[in-house]
Amino acid sequence: MAEAHPVGFQWVMEAKRRGAKVFHIDPRFTRTSALADSYLPIRAGSDIALLGGVIRYILDNELDFREYVVAYTNAATIVTEEYADTEDMHGLFSGFNDDNATYDQSSWRYEGHTQAATTQDSETQRETAAGLENESHGAPVGGETERDETLQHPRCVYQILKRHYARYTPEMVERVCGIPQEKFLELAQAWTENSGRDRTGMLVYSVGWTQHSVGVQYIRTGAIIQLLLGNVGRPGGGVMALRGHASIQGSTDIPTLFNLLPGYLPMPHHANHPTLAKWVDSIAHPGQKGFWGNARTYGVNLLKAYWGAAATADNDYCYGYLPRMTGDHGTYQQVLDMIDGKIKGYFLLGQNPAVGSAHGRAQRLGMANLDWLVVRDLFMIESATFWQNAPEIETGEIMPAECRTEVFFLPAASHVEKEGTFTQTQRLLQWREKAVEPPGDARSELWFFYHLGRVIRERLATSTRPRDRALLDLAWDYPTHGPHAEPSAEAVLLEINGYDVTSGRPLASFTEMKDDGSTAGGCWIYTGVYADGVNQAARRKPGAEQSLVAPEWGWAWPANRRILYNRASADPDGNPWSERKRYVWWDAEKGEWTGYDVPDFEKTKPPSYRPEHGASGVAGIAGDDPFILQGDGKGWLYAPTGVLDGPLPTHYEPVESPVRNPLYRQQANPTRKVYTHPINTLNPSPPEPYSQVFPFVFTVSRLTEHHTAGGMSRTVSPLAELQPEMFVEVSPELAVGRGLTHLGWAHLVTARAAIEARVLVTDRLTPLRVDGRIIHQVWLPYHFGFEGLVTGDSANDLFGISLDPNVLIQESKVGTCDVRPGRRPTGPALLDLVADYQRRAGITPGQHAPAVTEDNEGKEHGAS
Amino acid sequence: MGVRSWIEGWPVYRQLTGTDPLGRGTAAESAGSRALTARTDTADSMARSVCPYCAVGCGQRVYVKDGQVSQIEGDPDSPISRGRLCPKGAASKSLVTSPLRQTTVRYRRPYGTEWEDLDLDTALNMIADRVLAARDETWEDVDAEGRPLNRTLGFSSLGGATLDNEENYLIKKLFTAMGALQIENQARI
Ligand code: SF4
Repeated sequence: MAEAHPVGFQWVMEAKRRGAKVFHIDPRFTRTSALADSYLPIRAGSDIALLGGVIRYILDNELDFREYVVAYTNAATIVTEEYADTEDMHGLFSGFNDDNATYDQSSWRYEGHTQAATTQDSETQRETAAGLENESHGAPVGGETERDETLQHPRCVYQILKRHYARYTPEMVERVCGIPQEKFLELAQAWTENSGRDRTGMLVYSVGWTQHSVGVQYIRTGAIIQLLLGNVGRPGGGVMALRGHASIQGSTDIPTLFNLLPGYLPMPHHANHPTLAKWVDSIAHPGQKGFWGNARTYGVNLLKAYWGAAATADNDYCYGYLPRMTGDHGTYQQVLDMIDGKIKGYFLLGQNPAVGSAHGRAQRLGMANLDWLVVRDLFMIESATFWQNAPEIETGEIMPAECRTEVFFLPAASHVEKEGTFTQTQRLLQWREKAVEPPGDARSELWFFYHLGRVIRERLATSTRPRDRALLDLAWDYPTHGPHAEPSAEAVLLEINGYDVTSGRPLASFTEMKDDGSTAGGCWIYTGVYADGVNQAARRKPGAEQSLVAPEWGWAWPANRRILYNRASADPDGNPWSERKRYVWWDAEKGEWTGYDVPDFEKTKPPSYRPEHGASGVAGIAGDDPFILQGDGKGWLYAPTGVLDGPLPTHYEPVESPVRNPLYRQQANPTRKVYTHPINTLNPSPPEPYSQVFPFVFTVSRLTEHHTAGGMSRTVSPLAELQPEMFVEVSPELAVGRGLTHLGWAHLVTARAAIEARVLVTDRLTPLRVDGRIIHQVWLPYHFGFEGLVTGDSANDLFGISLDPNVLIQESKVGTCDVRPGRRPTGPALLDLVADYQRRAGITPGQHAPAVTEDNEGKEHGAS
Repeated sequence: MGVRSWIEGWPVYRQLTGTDPLGRGTAAESAGSRALTARTDTADSMARSVCPYCAVGCGQRVYVKDGQVSQIEGDPDSPISRGRLCPKGAASKSLVTSPLRQTTVRYRRPYGTEWEDLDLDTALNMIADRVLAARDETWEDVDAEGRPLNRTLGFSSLGGATLDNEENYLIKKLFTAMGALQIENQARI
């Protein structure tokens, strides 16, 4: 955090000054480690084993915050007896289907529940990254559950959790992660001691946790601990994601993603969502409790914002215009389709996949096989010049005179040359004022897409084809201003906020939205950002003049709420858990929730409220159920549905690992997304043979001085000067073992590529003892490429493509490699080197390990 | 110069006797530095902005002189950053004023070996042509069972995490109306 989010880290230092204990867990010692109370080096890709160990420690010693756990989580809920755990299935859960490597989730359900009829099958959920929809609401379950609040029932979640994590002992943590037991116990003790009415602990993570084939389960494991310790919905608690781009949160909320529409509404699927009613039901799940009961309203408002007057009740608000997904249309599938010649054109908007995405060679070969490419950026980035300067030119794989891709480079406006909002990592929208005009041909994306849409609509103006109706009926009349006819960003923000169709009055809250076409709003979770006709994101009341919550600086979704589920900061009766942790509470005299933040609860619903039998929607949520977007109002220790790789996080080895999974027969995530394209060759891992050809673990991250693929930092002289060269950090032990010299050269080889880097010999990396052997890890920054002021080979070239099944994020925080002294070969000899490694490792291109790992005796899985 | 003014000209003396015991302000001034004014004082205007790099969202003040960015500083009012910027945020002025920035449209024709110039309006129209052609060639009305698809998989887009919400909104709206599903950004990566 001190390296990649330095200014955010000042708050960790403030907390430390007030007595907080800071633990840093990372494969590499960094500036964060230097300032932490304790640093735990960890083997990359083993965090679930560590966190599972903490869960076991909590449960074994009964150190959970019991009042919170019983009242606010699903610990007491009973699960059906059909459920079978990894304990009994060699690392698989019940319901595994060998044919498509997915789970039938029905045996994971709560006792007395039937599987919701509208739940899509797991394969469709994986292909469409359906887990992302849960960013704003829980997966569907019915509200009424069977509970044992003594937590003794053998099938209550608490007991299931206990059995599931029984083998995650301190000895096992040491064996899997390479963390000495004393170190582990110090962490577990400090974390659990800091729990209860008076104290909270916070968990902070970044893409070191998400870019894994089990990324979602990493976060789930952290969330389980935080729920057990009562650290969710309370000040100083939570699981905090540090995101890496100025508005990456915003681009998920208002998604430039294939599977979502604004506000986490799913893009329709051809088989499951034929009509508006079916689409709405698949989101709202009739009979389910919680706020998603209003899904029709949110959907109709979006359609109304898109198609304006053309969207009417009679035509289902133009629902029929929406394109339909049939499967995985994600960025990695696209790249493979480009290589296969299925995609003609590509827009790159401030993004540089030639350097920034996994398997750089696949990215570049894909771009070299397009009809046309539009790059909009501030600088001439690698993704614009691959036809001229890519490493594949040297190897002869791309020849300029034979590369047909037509490239348009359009200069973009910078953040000071346009106005608009960024949504930062805590869901806070901040409006930027425009300082100057963009230079020359540089324009904002707002300008480019507005005018591209205008030109396209003009071309089609006389068309009578049905396919063009969605474009011709589109509400696309934004006021423009200035010499370049720049569209008004405030007008767009107002549309996002939502308005009354007749009067134009901006809506103050999504609770004002109607499902009859009388209101329109482009992103329901952002409603309120333009409340009272005021751009709330532009508010700049100085922090020093406000409470710690600073509610008048910018605007946070939803409803300017800064801590989600903050009803949990009060006890079941509505009183603060303690004076020290007072945040939101029930004011019995006034009959309303009040506090320092906007309460995340219906304002006048008393703690004593109990729903009538069969109540659904918001009315189904009891007065002491803080998790109002979950179907049962509870924080989920156990996920009875919706998480494709299992109801409980389980340690699987990374797809490329030098070690056999010490915990289970199952080696890697059996439900991971696999691409068996010939370009996507993976290094073998145990129990497959020849894994020793790639004996080392490598991981990547950011430098303080560079940003992502370098397009905004290797081009900027002060930053380029501070970090001028690609390098690899190796431990002194590995340097001796491999004959590497400090400041000399080394090259790293995987089944995809060989790249070179300067050697930095440092004890920031330390060899770890894992399962009885020494594992060496090396670390690389991933910012370098062949353009800009400072250049170097790209670390992302080393990775293959393996994805998490829930959200289709790639495993690019861990892989295996070989490390050799000296520079890499150049030209065709480079390809020969990689081919030689493939041959030695017995790899046939595109080969993948089977989803389910057979043990050495070849026993069937499941036969315990 | 008299002895007295010679002594007073000595920074350590001023630091010990004056109002600046830490020697970080007036005590450290020389005649030369006293005559300087901060770019923030002489700016024609100041815009409230936000750092364009990571998602911490540090506040920035962008100072403008003669239509050019003259300085970018941390915004002390921000409850997030309290005026601080990290090396990247502090390099924002170098970012936006970098001589390496491309300010004209560049065009590489198929099989070309060099960049060429192109007028922005021409480029916009050529891109519109290509989008429409790709859409037509790859349009899918219905699936094998006759269920609607309304889409094209003929082109795709990547990017958005560095863009504004308003921009992402228009991009998604236009792509959806074109039936273009394949749109992704860094949030997947
Ligand atoms: S100044 Fe640094 S920490 Fe702050 S937003 Fe910018 S990059 Fe992030």
